Amino acid sequence: MSTRMFGENVKRNIDSRLLKGEGAFVDDIPLPDALHAAFARSPFARAKITSIDTTAAENHPGVVAVYTSDNIGPLDIEMPLLIPHESMKDARTQRPLAKDDVYYVGQTVAMVVAVDRYTAEDAASLIDIDYEPLDVEIDLEEAVKDGSPLVHDTHPNNIAADFVQVSGDPEKGFAEAEHVTRTRVQVDRSTAAAMECRAVAARFDPITGELVVWDGTQAPISVRGGLASILNLDEDKVRVIAPDVGGAFGQKVLLFYPDELLVPYAAINLGRPVKFIEDRRENFIGSSQERTQIHYIELHAKKTGEVVALKDFFYHDTGAFIPYGIAVAQVASTSIAGPYRIPNIHVHFQAVYTPTVQVTPYRGCGRPQSCFAIERAMDQLAQDLGLDRFEVRRRNLIGADEFPWVRDGLLFADGLRVNLDSGQYHKALDMAHEAIGASDFAERQKEARKEGKYLGLGLAFYVEGTGLGPYEGGHIKIHPITGKVYVNTGLTSQGQGHDTVFAQIAADQLGVAVEDVILTEGDTGAYDWGVATFASRAAVVSGNAIHKTALKVRKQVITAAANMLEADERDIELRDGAAWVTGTNRSAPLAAIATATNPLRYAFNEAAQAATQFAPASRHDGPPLDEGQHPGLEATDYFSPECATWAYGVHVAEVEVDITTCEVNIGKYVCIHDCGNMINPMIVDGQVMGGMAQGIGGALYERIEYQPDGNPANANFVDFLVPYATEIPDIQVEHLETPSPLNPLGVKGVGEAGCIAVGATIASGLKDALSPFGNENFHHTPITPSMIFEAIKQGVLSEKETS
Amino acid sequence: MKPIKAVVDEAKRAEPKTTVKMTVNGSEVERDVSARMLLSDFIRHELELTGTHVGCEHGICGACTIIIDGRAARSCLTFAIQADGADIRTIESVAGEDGELHPLQEAFRDNHALQCGYCTPGMIMNIISQLEAGEKRDMSDDDIREMLSGNLCRCTGYANIVKAVRSATSATKRS
Amino acid sequence: MKPSLFEYCAPGTIEEAISVLEADADAVVLAGGQSLIPAMNLRLANPAKLVDLRKIEGLSDIVNDEGVIRVGAMVRHRDLELNQDVFEANGLIREAERHVAHVPIRNRGTVVGSLCHADAAAEMPLVLLVCDGSVVATGPSGKREIAAADFFQFHMTTTREADEVITEARIPVLPDGAGYAFSEFARRRGDYAIAAVATIVECGEDGVISRCAIGACGIGERPLRLNEVELAIEGKSADSSGISAAADLSAEYVTAPDDMHATTAYRQHLLKGLVERALTAAVARARGEQS
Repeated sequence: MSTRMFGENVKRNIDSRLLKGEGAFVDDIPLPDALHAAFARSPFARAKITSIDTTAAENHPGVVAVYTSDNIGPLDIEMPLLIPHESMKDARTQRPLAKDDVYYVGQTVAMVVAVDRYTAEDAASLIDIDYEPLDVEIDLEEAVKDGSPLVHDTHPNNIAADFVQVSGDPEKGFAEAEHVTRTRVQVDRSTAAAMECRAVAARFDPITGELVVWDGTQAPISVRGGLASILNLDEDKVRVIAPDVGGAFGQKVLLFYPDELLVPYAAINLGRPVKFIEDRRENFIGSSQERTQIHYIELHAKKTGEVVALKDFFYHDTGAFIPYGIAVAQVASTSIAGPYRIPNIHVHFQAVYTPTVQVTPYRGCGRPQSCFAIERAMDQLAQDLGLDRFEVRRRNLIGADEFPWVRDGLLFADGLRVNLDSGQYHKALDMAHEAIGASDFAERQKEARKEGKYLGLGLAFYVEGTGLGPYEGGHIKIHPITGKVYVNTGLTSQGQGHDTVFAQIAADQLGVAVEDVILTEGDTGAYDWGVATFASRAAVVSGNAIHKTALKVRKQVITAAANMLEADERDIELRDGAAWVTGTNRSAPLAAIATATNPLRYAFNEAAQAATQFAPASRHDGPPLDEGQHPGLEATDYFSPECATWAYGVHVAEVEVDITTCEVNIGKYVCIHDCGNMINPMIVDGQVMGGMAQGIGGALYERIEYQPDGNPANANFVDFLVPYATEIPDIQVEHLETPSPLNPLGVKGVGEAGCIAVGATIASGLKDALSPFGNENFHHTPITPSMIFEAIKQGVLSEKETS
Repeated sequence: MKPIKAVVDEAKRAEPKTTVKMTVNGSEVERDVSARMLLSDFIRHELELTGTHVGCEHGICGACTIIIDGRAARSCLTFAIQADGADIRTIESVAGEDGELHPLQEAFRDNHALQCGYCTPGMIMNIISQLEAGEKRDMSDDDIREMLSGNLCRCTGYANIVKAVRSATSATKRS
Repeated sequence: MKPSLFEYCAPGTIEEAISVLEADADAVVLAGGQSLIPAMNLRLANPAKLVDLRKIEGLSDIVNDEGVIRVGAMVRHRDLELNQDVFEANGLIREAERHVAHVPIRNRGTVVGSLCHADAAAEMPLVLLVCDGSVVATGPSGKREIAAADFFQFHMTTTREADEVITEARIPVLPDGAGYAFSEFARRRGDYAIAAVATIVECGEDGVISRCAIGACGIGERPLRLNEVELAIEGKSADSSGISAAADLSAEYVTAPDDMHATTAYRQHLLKGLVERALTAAVARARGEQS
């Protein structure tokens, strides 16, 4: 038998190309004669546009066109609201080019198309736009007060959405409680900061009427649908390709960014290819951000630490627009009870418009915030009740024999109820306890303090609903010439290694080498049914679709091979790229089988000639193709999950604070992680470690600094501090593999896992480390050296006073 | 939909140009460039060597790192005209002519030291230049992290890159 | 993010360069470009003309000339950092250079360019100040030497005239047996300092500190000598409590307002700690207790 590829650390097919600089990112696609776009963007967070004069820009040498809301025809619209929800009224979305009003610094007002980007930028700066600035309020809690300046006149108190969800009987739970822990936590604005900024290029062929768009998007199929619809084009004449994409992390899934519509429009309009390559500053001011939430969470508990009810109210900053609906807030609200039984839950949020770039999911999508809220509250509860932090969690975790654990009344972002499907939460917590050496940590901490070293142990648990539907598809075809296996799915990849993990799944069923499975994704010309890459869903939804498809093709191969080799189907085994009769040396290569299953075949090659040596691939009387039979070895199937599958993990860290520099050194960081069965543990580890590095960024470094006037003061990599290798410690990842009962492969998603619990873990560790100085709880991330200084200041002073 | 304006007369955009000559990956190249053309754009769009990526254009991310006269440098912080007469190496020069990966590239693949691959060429060029410049080979992980600092990676969390450099340098030392 | 249009020239002599600067008030000198070009890409700087020094001969020399290290205008940070003679003559330089951005930036950026850029948090202006160094400005009327103490005025402002080229930096070698140290804290490795401290101490046979030079950057609008700290150390045995007491005097030098990376109160705390660390390390070196 072949070695099973599922579960193996298979090296990635794509790497060689990327390592040699042969990747094909949008700006690498040769488009001779392409024009380049640049934007004039609002310098004000909120203003009326009183006039726009494009004359100087139009007359600038090298400029081909200047667009404003007045000359973009069908694009002078408010863009679609992607996910309507009852909690929103009259939800506001952005226009491709601002008309009369601007709502954030960076909003696109006019687009210049010129012979190169240099010239386009020159001309964009020549567009004369008069603004009448309006008052703004950036602070979330101020923005909701009566009398605060409004982002949209249509929305009093800037409330974009207001939603309550209830599970169990919260009032009963509150009444039963013997203790209440009340905590306010805050997470600040951040951004994905993928290494490649967004990019769009388009070419229109007036003869065939075909529009080809290269878009560094996570969702090419949806982009195509929207483009065809808004530009009134035949969907089959629009091809959207997401080529190699340099990281995305959620930011590249918004439908639509202005450029995604305007660039194809200009390409049609001007009859020449047009490119927009977003620069880093534009990415900071014009592309989606996330994170800001302020939670007021209450844990109503027994004296034993058993939490009988949870109440959470939170503000969610949605920016100036809410194109994605309440997705981020909804994920946060439905994840708020974490891995704990907590039978009674009342969670209420208000999404708030602020005059800032729109908020849409960024890796984690509300989970880091809700994890921060519940986990900081759990630490607080432990302290209030004098319990160990591990113990208070242990007393509340859902038991391994209690799954599935359904939270009736809480509907997840897929609109389906929260159903924690499987897990070994207690075991994971014990593993974390062991791995970090929690038993003797107090001793180590005590010894270290004698030497002036401040060690702390940080702990946080998270759960993550992954693998949201509604569906993905898989298409597999075995090529008659080469015998190679071609797999298509409707996703895109931005570094996750789909081409390898999906190949592993297909290879197992078809008995071929992983490198002989060739995945095509991100091209509507190749496959155009599906959703997109987001919400840690690729392995779960497309993975299972491809698995189901591979089973179908396997059956076709075995039937044909049995006929060709004149053997019983039960005696056929697939390995080494061929079908074998068990226990014999009789075999037929897949290429020959694929050739033989096509009634029309020319002897192009050896495989075709070889096919003639076998008996026919199918046996029936009548026409060459039997009724219902199709030529070749090929199938399509779909997977549509009944609901999300819930992965989880525990983070523990030993942190040390240098009280001179107020710097945090992460001495040891362990992640106990369970995403069900792992297809490729090497890639799983890579996803987790990368997510954790982003989590460390969010915990200690990364914050978009909006000034009171709404201008982001650090729209660059100088001051928005993405960590370098010197800031990220080695991370130890240990796995449990509790299969999901919700899909054939038993897998759960991993894409977002790493980042979720880091803020809570570091804060927990800092609280522990700095307890000699006072009672700072670190309920606000990112945690800066200045914040640490504030926490130790009192202690430093009292130390001095006593000396 | 008709074009709203006639396509521009190229001759009207007369940015003064200067001829630059340099050696790129062993070949002499000569082009007329505007003084303001960044070396990163020159390499990518004039020479069509698109393996050099552009991540920030202000010198922080390191994605555009190439080797100028034997030393790693940001191609986004250099004008093409400043490189007149220089010897330049880009990621396209690293693998063997037969396509065989350089030991460092091989180590990246073996250790899953890349995900999206966008930062990778700049990372590789920075490491190679420092190794060639005689950085010590028995580096601690902290030394390796120090060497890598200056190149942002948003996907991997760096640990596997550290492993790859460690394995590549010890492999080189053995040979 | 592409620079706006500019004229470019690369004169072959310093005289030509100066005459271009003299003729055009909007002309700007280009050396390594590692601070200027990012500012141009962001269109924060839009010079009408760049005068590239790269073709002028003799500007890339590092010479140890009778107790002064002379660093030409085109000497890259990395050259100075790795130069073994420089290291032996003034170890503070290498220790500070290691904090200047990252290797690929140090490979292109010039030491003199960094001095002229005069970022208030930059390392090399601080080194020049603490070493009592100077720069040589060459202009239409010849050369003049400007002491570091007179050169740095404000954040990104020096006393260089627009038609002058700083052709050389002069950094004195350290006295025999002097101890030195450079302590810095930045949010990320290679970032501009939140605060950094450079110090040179000399110690008599009796262990008493005979001379102390100490300065800091990142704390105000330019690098500063911490004179009160110097006075508090000189003539003392500089034990840990003495160093701590001296370090307490540093807080008053912090004038930087709260910014996104640090509050004033935190910077004061940090500076005191860095002063203690730097002095402790330098004194140990001066006493031969540490290499």
